[in-house]
Amino acid sequence: MTALATSIRPRIGAGFRLQWEPAQDCHVLLYPEGMVKLNGSAGEIMRRCDGERSIDAIVDELETAFNASGLEPEVLSFVEIAGKQRWLIWE
Amino acid sequence: MNDATTTTPRPGPPLWLLAELTYRCPLHCVFCYNPIDFANQTDELSTDDWLRVLREGRELGAVQCGLSGGEPLLRDDLEVIVAEARRLGYYTNLLTSGVGLTAERARALKAAGLDHVQLSFQDSTREMNDFLSHTKTFELKNRVAQIIKDQGWPMVMNVVLHRLNIDHIDRIIAMAAEFGAEYLELANTQYYSWAFQNRDALLPTRAQLQHAEAVADVWRAKLGDRMRIFFVAPDYHEGKAKKCVNGWGSMFLTVTPDGTALPCHTAKMLPGLTFPNVREQSVREIWFDSEGFNRYRGTGWMKEPCSSCEHREEDLGGCRCQAYLIAHDPTVADPVCVKSPHHALVVEAVERAEAGVAVATEHPLVFRDPKNSRKLSTLAS
Repeated sequence: MTALATSIRPRIGAGFRLQWEPAQDCHVLLYPEGMVKLNGSAGEIMRRCDGERSIDAIVDELETAFNASGLEPEVLSFVEIAGKQRWLIWE
Repeated sequence: MNDATTTTPRPGPPLWLLAELTYRCPLHCVFCYNPIDFANQTDELSTDDWLRVLREGRELGAVQCGLSGGEPLLRDDLEVIVAEARRLGYYTNLLTSGVGLTAERARALKAAGLDHVQLSFQDSTREMNDFLSHTKTFELKNRVAQIIKDQGWPMVMNVVLHRLNIDHIDRIIAMAAEFGAEYLELANTQYYSWAFQNRDALLPTRAQLQHAEAVADVWRAKLGDRMRIFFVAPDYHEGKAKKCVNGWGSMFLTVTPDGTALPCHTAKMLPGLTFPNVREQSVREIWFDSEGFNRYRGTGWMKEPCSSCEHREEDLGGCRCQAYLIAHDPTVADPVCVKSPHHALVVEAVERAEAGVAVATEHPLVFRDPKNSRKLSTLAS
């Protein structure tokens, strides 16, 4: 299995919609007749996946926002899982 | 009221709001789940009523909005309703037969923000399709599938399976793949309302079901992620009760054309229970405080064999409507469960299907139309 390049610019897949739900206090991903509740870190990653930001840029932003370091493996592994589910797509 | 082992927890939000906009429909499907007496219910909610219901549902946390019927495209305010639903933040699903979905209407619905279309097909062959739906619609559905793809909507195709079409499953799946559906739901008929009237003609044999599942498995392996195939197993043959709509009053709220609020599409048939109307009460009061929604929540209402059953939290006693239709008592275990004292009635129906005794001359199919609706309602009253 090849590792994802950190230069890719993921965006939300066709037919999916990401939004914040106050009633559930989390980000959710909506799709035909269904919903995925995202945990805190998945929500923070996904809301930055706009097709403009690269994974490098997303990691930088998250590390600054949460005053953390070494987040790249976690971000890559989430993007890979989300890609398999077609929640995220990229060129 | 409840003892220590059976509880009625405070429910979460009604995540799913199903708006049945009208019972009017150009089709006459023999497996329709609309109430038998639909023809006597002609008083539809106004546009403003629907917009208020959408707002109140969204305030409670509803996220999925299904627009259904009957045929929802027969409401000429559908675009207004979709636009408000989308603005409020719902994921909007149109559940349609496709009759009335022109390219122009599709563009207007897209502009209003419609997220997804579920297109129902009765069968893949024109003859069978026309026979089962009693109108000439197959060619039209071919066209509509293309119109849906042209708008970039994800397309879920839904085919209700039964004795008369299940052997066509290979062609049904091939057709869905050819049309570019993202998801295909092969839903075995659930026996309520019109389908219950026609049960003897529609129940498949075990061999038919096994064949259909095997064919679906072959296609799954062939298509992979390109088209996801869901095979909804029939509960008559499984001997196992399923949770009704993921638990009575737990996440699902249906509003019928006249504004009656129900925990599932068919609950209105249940005797001894009145359901609230959105013209008289807010969605909040209906969801949390009405007797109609509270009666069968959780496990506190259960009798034996359910109340001491190790599976009671998994299946919540199964379906109340099925208990009423088969055992004539909505408070007993779902008779599809092998532990139900009424299970023999289900076995008997399945065995009749195996033996093929239900010949068409004995049990002619009853098509869902206003004339049959009025006739059957008169007989019942």
